[in-house]
Amino acid sequence: MNHLTDLPVWAAIPVCILLLLGSAITLAGSMGLIRLKTFYGRLHAPTLGASAGTILICLASMITFAVLQNRWIIHEVLIIVFVILTTPVTLMLLGQSALYRDRIEGSNDVPRKATGEDADTSAADI
Amino acid sequence: MRYWFPYPLLSLSLLALWLLINQSLSPGHIVLGTMLGIAFAWVMVNLQPDKTRLKTFGRIVILTGHVAVDVVRSNIAVMSVILRTKTRPVNSGFVAIDISLRDENALALLACILTATPGTAWLEFDRQTGVLLIHVLDLQNGQNWIDLIKRRYEAPLKEIFE
Repeated sequence: MNHLTDLPVWAAIPVCILLLLGSAITLAGSMGLIRLKTFYGRLHAPTLGASAGTILICLASMITFAVLQNRWIIHEVLIIVFVILTTPVTLMLLGQSALYRDRIEGSNDVPRKATGEDADTSAADI
Repeated sequence: MRYWFPYPLLSLSLLALWLLINQSLSPGHIVLGTMLGIAFAWVMVNLQPDKTRLKTFGRIVILTGHVAVDVVRSNIAVMSVILRTKTRPVNSGFVAIDISLRDENALALLACILTATPGTAWLEFDRQTGVLLIHVLDLQNGQNWIDLIKRRYEAPLKEIFE
């Protein structure tokens, strides 16, 4: 990682700020996994890392390598796009399975299905 | 024209993706990327996705701006909720919203927006009744959330897609 010392100070400062902010937000999200007590609350915590954390760290990476190699580097944008496109899939899967299980167990904390009786059949063909 | 280029926007974005991954604008990569873009658009025809036409491009820009602001705001909000769990109990809950969007692509985009803004999680959408169930981390007033999502996201998405 010696070439990182070639980074001029004017670029190093924003890169450091972005990196520290991004990792602090991701850390806060991970702390949320411990601190929040319900499963549904915990669903929210990792999205901190998936949205702001990813964006800030990718920005830092873009600036670093753009300055070091002296050209525009924008393919990190793809990481941001793909992370944002794919996180809903896992989140919805986790959320729906939790919801399904809570309903089967008859938990009172979850809202009933609007259509009532056919909760089982409609959940099967999702 | 439609036969050869069934999904021009998809082909263009695939070309952009190819050029970004290869980090070059050389003619060879442009030709290869164009060919791949057209070939994958033909594959999409067999998947038969819902055809939607984007109506207003100005609306897309405004919506993107709103989402960017909301992502920043909700990140700060969720962070403060997590860091203050010791002193302030977390008040989270479910919110059911009547959504009149039916277009699959618009719904997918709404899911991406709701997930990208921390503090709201998409749980379930009932296609028959059009009821969307979301979970909100910092729930003060359920009606506020319903109004916010309907006004800020659903209305522009409806304008763009339907």
